Amino acid sequence: MSESALRLVWVYPDLLSTYGDRGNVLVVERRARQRGLDVARIDVRSDQPIPTSGDIYLLGGGEDRPQRLAGERLRADPGLGRAVENGAIVLGVCAGYQIMGHEFIDDMGQRTQGLGLLDVWSTRGEGARSVGDILAEPDPRLGLPTLTGFENHQGVTHLGQGVSPLARVSVGGGNGTGDGTEGAWRDTVFGTYLHGPILARNPSVADLLIKLALDVSALPPADNTWYDALRAERIAAVQQPAQ
Amino acid sequence: MLLLGGIGRAGRLSASVHRRRATRMPANPEPAGPSATLPPRAKLAVTAGKVAAAVSRTAGRGSGSVIGGKVALRLDPDLLRSLAENLDVVLVSATNGKTTTTRLIAEALKAAGPVVSNALGANMPAGITSALADGSDARFGVIEVDEKYLVGVAKDTAPKAIALLNLSRDQLDRSSETRMLAERWREGLQGTEAVIIANADDPLVTWAASSCRKVVWVAAGQAYREDAWSCPSCGGVMQRPGEDWFCPSCGFRRPQPHWALQGDHVVDPQGSGWLIQLQLPGRANLSNATSSAAVAAVFGVHPQIALQRMQAVQAVAGRYESVQFGGREVRLLLAKNPAGWLETFTLIDQPPAPVVLSVNALSADGTDTSWLWDVDYERLVGHPVFVMGQRKLDLAVRLEVAGVHFQVVDSLAQAVAAAPPGRIEAIANYTAFQQLRRDVRG
Ligand SMILES: [Zn+2]
Repeated sequence: MSESALRLVWVYPDLLSTYGDRGNVLVVERRARQRGLDVARIDVRSDQPIPTSGDIYLLGGGEDRPQRLAGERLRADPGLGRAVENGAIVLGVCAGYQIMGHEFIDDMGQRTQGLGLLDVWSTRGEGARSVGDILAEPDPRLGLPTLTGFENHQGVTHLGQGVSPLARVSVGGGNGTGDGTEGAWRDTVFGTYLHGPILARNPSVADLLIKLALDVSALPPADNTWYDALRAERIAAVQQPAQ
Repeated sequence: MLLLGGIGRAGRLSASVHRRRATRMPANPEPAGPSATLPPRAKLAVTAGKVAAAVSRTAGRGSGSVIGGKVALRLDPDLLRSLAENLDVVLVSATNGKTTTTRLIAEALKAAGPVVSNALGANMPAGITSALADGSDARFGVIEVDEKYLVGVAKDTAPKAIALLNLSRDQLDRSSETRMLAERWREGLQGTEAVIIANADDPLVTWAASSCRKVVWVAAGQAYREDAWSCPSCGGVMQRPGEDWFCPSCGFRRPQPHWALQGDHVVDPQGSGWLIQLQLPGRANLSNATSSAAVAAVFGVHPQIALQRMQAVQAVAGRYESVQFGGREVRLLLAKNPAGWLETFTLIDQPPAPVVLSVNALSADGTDTSWLWDVDYERLVGHPVFVMGQRKLDLAVRLEVAGVHFQVVDSLAQAVAAAPPGRIEAIANYTAFQQLRRDVRG
């Protein structure tokens, strides 16, 4: 592992890796290597300390009980907070998104403290679980195309003043607050409900994370043939649900 | 770095990362990956199996009370109960392998008497009721049960034995969370009179079975471990040295097995090894045969006899079947979830054997394809791969990221026409597999 490698930290694969979000790690790794970067992937199990010197941190979705356990262990470990203070890039999905907020509802129905890395808090939705394909238009400042993904959550996430919505939902539930928002972001910290995984469905988001980590405004082009084909198919399928 | 109106500061990409921090991160202490190969199984310590003797057949089996002809598929718990009353019932449940294992157990128990079984995998109460209604003179009812219905079916059928093979993630957009299933089993089976035949290598299955009174533990192996890192009892991080596992936080640990799969042998509670010779391929089926031998022994069938009978089992509902199609040999393999794909990759022919992958996302498959990213498709590097099915583009992106060479096709015929020589391994998830079976029949 060279000193100059992009350090990609996968937070708690033993707890937060249930809905295919491991794909986010694989996509960032692949797309960085395709640009000639060395990548040092660091998988941190929940009985290990979170390194403070990573460049990109990825947190995935997990079931309710693992989410509580992950929250407890991350709260007891200052690593991720320090990394964010250092300017590290973080993407949390579903349970990983909720944990980054001020609080969430755990598997026993209790309000549980999160990490406070994003000014959001999550409650449990009253209605049906949000399950299905989702389309959303990202915050224009991010310079991203339409987001496509798959959501599967009961939680509702409320946004405070300290964050912006990641996107506006055109199909699906998103944050579930009724205002059409999906996800949240602030500086270099991003949260979303999108599985799919999000970075496989939206490689431009993977590139955004890499650009932020490198502090560059552009990357050499990558072959997006299959990503583009998949995106076009999913976007069309969602806009025209099966007859 | 606040992002407003653009990304980052202007700058050129270099092949290195601009270090923002001076400190260097310590090397990763331990990889969390699942795939470390295990050292050879240490000599198995076996405790005497006293359980088989505890089970005796109930007398008074009648054959006249079974309703003849077609049974209405409308669910009727009392009907299931009365059908089961006159049978020695064996239930089989798991995430993977339950259809095949049900078939293996049914074959083995035929040594002791006639068997009725839902051999075609209709594994919910209505299908089970219908299957049992066809077996009026059977002694044994060997029943595959969907994981979600196990507790209810166990209450209705008063089984003599229940085989619990494995639990792992499967169709999370519509199914229960995996540990919740284990907990439901644990609570629902607590008071059962049945002998539980449980896989001691699967922590979730062990957790589910360990509150039962009569348990036969089988070291049947566990290839996919990603749902077993968290202690089902206390949430501690599981330690897995070699084939052992334990939770350092609460002491929950792998029980001492009575039976074990060792290489291609079943080791029985007396410590004797019996060669498994199956027509079915793969480690998973050796594991299924081991559990089946342990079930058969509960009913007094010797493992040697049981294994001999299992040898007769060929394809089960088309699984593992080799067919001729387009002038080529095509083997049909079903893989429905990450654990199933992992087992399938271990049994396919070596590269450069051509491989066809077909994935659908109908409701029977699960409509979320994210699970493709929990499967190590990297293992297919070196095979010429053809992708098809409704979600072939999801597969294409997955394989592109895995660095696998592939070609996207519209049909099995197109794949077969383009495939280089060799037996073609066609791997598909549930409805895609049904489609492949229709395709090869023309
Ligand atoms: Zn424990």
